[in-house]
Amino acid sequence: MRPFSYVRAGDAGTAIALVRERPDSAFLAGGTTEVDLVRQDVLRPGLLVDINDLPLDGIEDLPDGGLRIGALARMSEVARAPGVMERFPVISQALVLGASAQLRNMASMGGNLCQRVRCSYFRDPASPCNKRDPGTGCSALDGVNRGHAILGTSDHCIATHPSDLAVPLTALDAIVHTSGPGGERAIGVDSFFLLPGDTPQREHPLEHGELITAIEVPGAPVARRSVYLKFRDRQSYEFALASVAAAVRIQDGTVAEVRLALGGVGTRPWRARRAEAALLGQPASAASFAEAARQELAAATPHPMNAFKVELAQRAIVRALNTLTDGER
Amino acid sequence: MSTDVVLPVTERGPEAGTAVLTVNGQVRELQVEPRVSLLDALREHLGLTGSKKGCDQGTCGACTVWVDGRRVLACLTLAVACEGREVTTIEGLAADGELHQMQAAFVEHDAFQCGYCTPGQIMSAVKLLEEGHAGDDAEIAEWMSGNICRCAAYPNIRAAIRGVRDAAGGER
Repeated sequence: MRPFSYVRAGDAGTAIALVRERPDSAFLAGGTTEVDLVRQDVLRPGLLVDINDLPLDGIEDLPDGGLRIGALARMSEVARAPGVMERFPVISQALVLGASAQLRNMASMGGNLCQRVRCSYFRDPASPCNKRDPGTGCSALDGVNRGHAILGTSDHCIATHPSDLAVPLTALDAIVHTSGPGGERAIGVDSFFLLPGDTPQREHPLEHGELITAIEVPGAPVARRSVYLKFRDRQSYEFALASVAAAVRIQDGTVAEVRLALGGVGTRPWRARRAEAALLGQPASAASFAEAARQELAAATPHPMNAFKVELAQRAIVRALNTLTDGER
Repeated sequence: MSTDVVLPVTERGPEAGTAVLTVNGQVRELQVEPRVSLLDALREHLGLTGSKKGCDQGTCGACTVWVDGRRVLACLTLAVACEGREVTTIEGLAADGELHQMQAAFVEHDAFQCGYCTPGQIMSAVKLLEEGHAGDDAEIAEWMSGNICRCAAYPNIRAAIRGVRDAAGGER
């Protein structure tokens, strides 16, 4: 492991200034991705600025029925917060289905959004990788790409976005609040996660030294009936091959409101807008669920080893909608 | 720019410097570089070799310890980041020479084969009961999934956990 310097910041302004000063510095929150990738020589910081003492760990129920979650709240705390479990079960479920109990005690909410991809070529400094070393090529295109993305891919990168949490946040139009050298700003989740395009090294619009301070989830009564389903190679402690965050409201047997997002299949957490549009006003039936899923995955670009995900993702969507509407179909 | 008050801060490293850790209730001073993990600090600097290094990348759970009362992975934690926090290792579990009830239950139920993952399993299992996730075997398996046992002693590990749970009069 390369040597680096360390400093613990007591307030946000100091943390931001410290990172801003040095191009090779980075914030350190839970460290579950960062320490690992520094040890793998994938990340090479000269200075880590520990932000764990900053008072950014609150979980607040907002008057509009939404949530404001501090960036340093831990996954485990958010998963068991009563306001999250009651009003946004899909968020609680996604958190609990991610990582392990130990990692969930460490990993912060802001860090979760910034976690790096699990592509084995990104994590291996000996392999060409456009995300790690822009311009060197993508080893996954003709490599072992079973876990890679089928939606939002480019010729430069097909790495899957790894976060479970980000999937319901995408379905629910969450807002990422930041503080940085340019002041404070609020970034809609759709603008926060970037498609790889020809700049896969750029995963989000944060400037160097810009700190996530909170995640806001707008009130959404539809989310009271919501579910996160995750399909993977083993029952627990594994990343998704496909996952679905779904919330739906049925009125008189037809779909009156629906939120759908996919994980494990996209280069970013994937809002299934085509499926949502196809479902609205349709009967709550297995046939309309299957048709909506088909339309969403029509845009998929599979590779030889991950073509199975096209079918898996469709079945996941149908299963999630069936689960939520059991008794109303 | 944030309007927060800027406090004086001390940058340390990359060379070794003094870190003061509280481990199992004792204040310990050691010379470590910032890159040293809590796991290496415990094992190589403080002689506490109960916490095991399995994968060193956060996937096996053999290094599970408690920081401020919560189960975490020592391999992904920097030692310097633990200053001012309470670290508890498997060596701190037995009190006055008496095994913790979870340690005794692991012996009673033969909840190990090679024993390498056992300290991490036990540190995790004690917290599992405190967290209230030992309702049935499926729940125990899910909430212990961060501790891998390559000898596959899982049925006996679950039996040990059930034993402590039931002795305590149901889930705590």
